[in-house]
Amino acid sequence: MAIPLSVRVVEAELRIYRRTWRGSVFTGFLNPVLYLLAFGVGLGTLIDANLPEGLDGVSYLTYLAPGLLVATAMQTGASEGAWKVIAAIKWRQTWHARLATPISVHGLAIGQVLWSSIRVAMVSASFAIVMIVFGVASPLESLGSILPAILVGTAMAAGTTAFAVRVRDDSTLSMYFRFVVVPMFLFSGVLFPITQLPDWIQPVAYLTPVFHGVELARTIALGLPPLVNSWISLTYLVALTIICGWLIISPMRQRLTP
Amino acid sequence: MSNPLIKATGLTKRFGDFVAVDGIDFEVEQGETFGFLGPNGAGKTSTMRMISAVSPITEGSLSVLGLDPAKEGPRLRSRLGIVPQENNLDDELTVRDNLYMYGRYFDIAKSELNERIAELVEFVQLTEKIDAKVDALSGGMKRRVTIARGLINDPDLYILDEPTTGLDPQARHALWDRLYRLKQRGITLIITTHYMDEAEQLCDRLVVMDKGKIVAEGSPRQLIEIHTPRDVVELRFPIGVLETIGGQIRELSDRTEILADRALVYTDDPDRTVAIVHAYGLEPETVLERRSSLEDVFLRLTGRTLVD
Ligand SMILES: Nc1ncnc2c1ncn2[C@@H]1O[C@H](COP(=O)(O)OP(=O)(O)OP(=O)(O)O)[C@@H](O)[C@H]1O
Ligand SMILES: [Mg+2]
Repeated sequence: MAIPLSVRVVEAELRIYRRTWRGSVFTGFLNPVLYLLAFGVGLGTLIDANLPEGLDGVSYLTYLAPGLLVATAMQTGASEGAWKVIAAIKWRQTWHARLATPISVHGLAIGQVLWSSIRVAMVSASFAIVMIVFGVASPLESLGSILPAILVGTAMAAGTTAFAVRVRDDSTLSMYFRFVVVPMFLFSGVLFPITQLPDWIQPVAYLTPVFHGVELARTIALGLPPLVNSWISLTYLVALTIICGWLIISPMRQRLTP
Repeated sequence: MSNPLIKATGLTKRFGDFVAVDGIDFEVEQGETFGFLGPNGAGKTSTMRMISAVSPITEGSLSVLGLDPAKEGPRLRSRLGIVPQENNLDDELTVRDNLYMYGRYFDIAKSELNERIAELVEFVQLTEKIDAKVDALSGGMKRRVTIARGLINDPDLYILDEPTTGLDPQARHALWDRLYRLKQRGITLIITTHYMDEAEQLCDRLVVMDKGKIVAEGSPRQLIEIHTPRDVVELRFPIGVLETIGGQIRELSDRTEILADRALVYTDDPDRTVAIVHAYGLEPETVLERRSSLEDVFLRLTGRTLVD
């Protein structure tokens, strides 16, 4: 019963999304173009001049693109699980309405994460298309690198939702973005290898989903063979998604069906 | 009274240490319209939410449509129509989309759903607003959308928490008429309300709740007969005056209520009461004689007026 009704949640979200899809698709393409131009091409020219053999043997633009793809997926996942969740619980109370139907708390939580995952997939796909246009990776490699991006975005959506269902007011959520999401973008191997970080902070970076997603996406985008580490990363991301998903349920039940 | 649709025994709801519903017993029969009355915070909504299987019971036992809400919540909710106290509509969507999305959770096929939406919107007289965003509707119209939404799954039991709060008199009367038609179709209704006339009009039976407990139970007529003399004399005084003459008023009858601006004197002989008032030399601004109503029962039982 839970799973089929979760599909109804996706259906409902799609109906809501239909009203704003144009703008959302447009920024889905615009963002990667701007970022790749500014950092990959602009900053990249300076970096490449200093590193004749490249980063991981490739130009900075090629190095950066899969990292940014994952970072974008991560941010999309986080924002899908943030204010929307507080609004649905507290401001507009639309989740209260849904729970008056046959759907269970589990079903609703699964459906919401599923929808976030679809949004992440949409954003990642437009990013991959931009990568192809920039000639950063082949179509197959670009599309392949979407998979770890989706996984990271889903883990972040679940994790952020698990956080949002616990917080009482939205300023806590702003803090979360400032002190968790933004640092994760800056220091998890997206813009430069984490070996550049001070020794003591590297283990922290290693624990972030972004680090593992970037490793996987880069391996796929650069056409490298999978390492033992790749399997560890994959397992880690799947486990993280399941644990975060599970962490949503109990506070969500307490708040919506006290 | 053999096979009630709802049976609650020692039904209790606690939030932490706070007791919102304190061991109440009641039964609702098939086809009946059953009311919950009570002042703010009496525990009406808490009770409704337990019946609706959206809030677990703390203690006691509860069976709704022969099902246990704790174990068979989804199955039970598929047969309930729920109109919560707060509308919780999706403001950004149209009336149609709100009803459609809600209906899909009941696994109603798309074509059937579209037909039913058209019927329900007609039923609450919002046909011309069907493609308007909920955001752009008045409070009363939103309420009517919520009322329509609760009927999307053709429920066996329709639960309405203060359905007419915020409706204008026309809309209230129109809704009563609609509810009456549902009742004739055999649907069991549960209603909470702050309006006495509404309870008198609609309810076959009702309970009055106060501080989590049931303080009276019966048909509107029975409650009035049991709990209050036949007539009331309402004496209106300027604010402040009653503080000084309260003692004299209380001598007029076994039962009096002194409010800020008026005194209610319950009596079986109103003319005599008014005569005594004048004999005492009291000079009320206005004197009104009327039949006792549920409101008076309510005041008696809870010491509060109902509409605040
Ligand atoms: N989730 C909750 N957590 C803590 N206390 C609650 C919660 N829900 C309700 N209460 C408390 O329980 C009591 C009963 O509330 P309830 O909403 O059932 O009253 P009500 O009879 O519906 O009142 P009203 O006429 O104002 O709607 C109130 O004192 C309220 O503060
Ligand atoms: Mg209430």
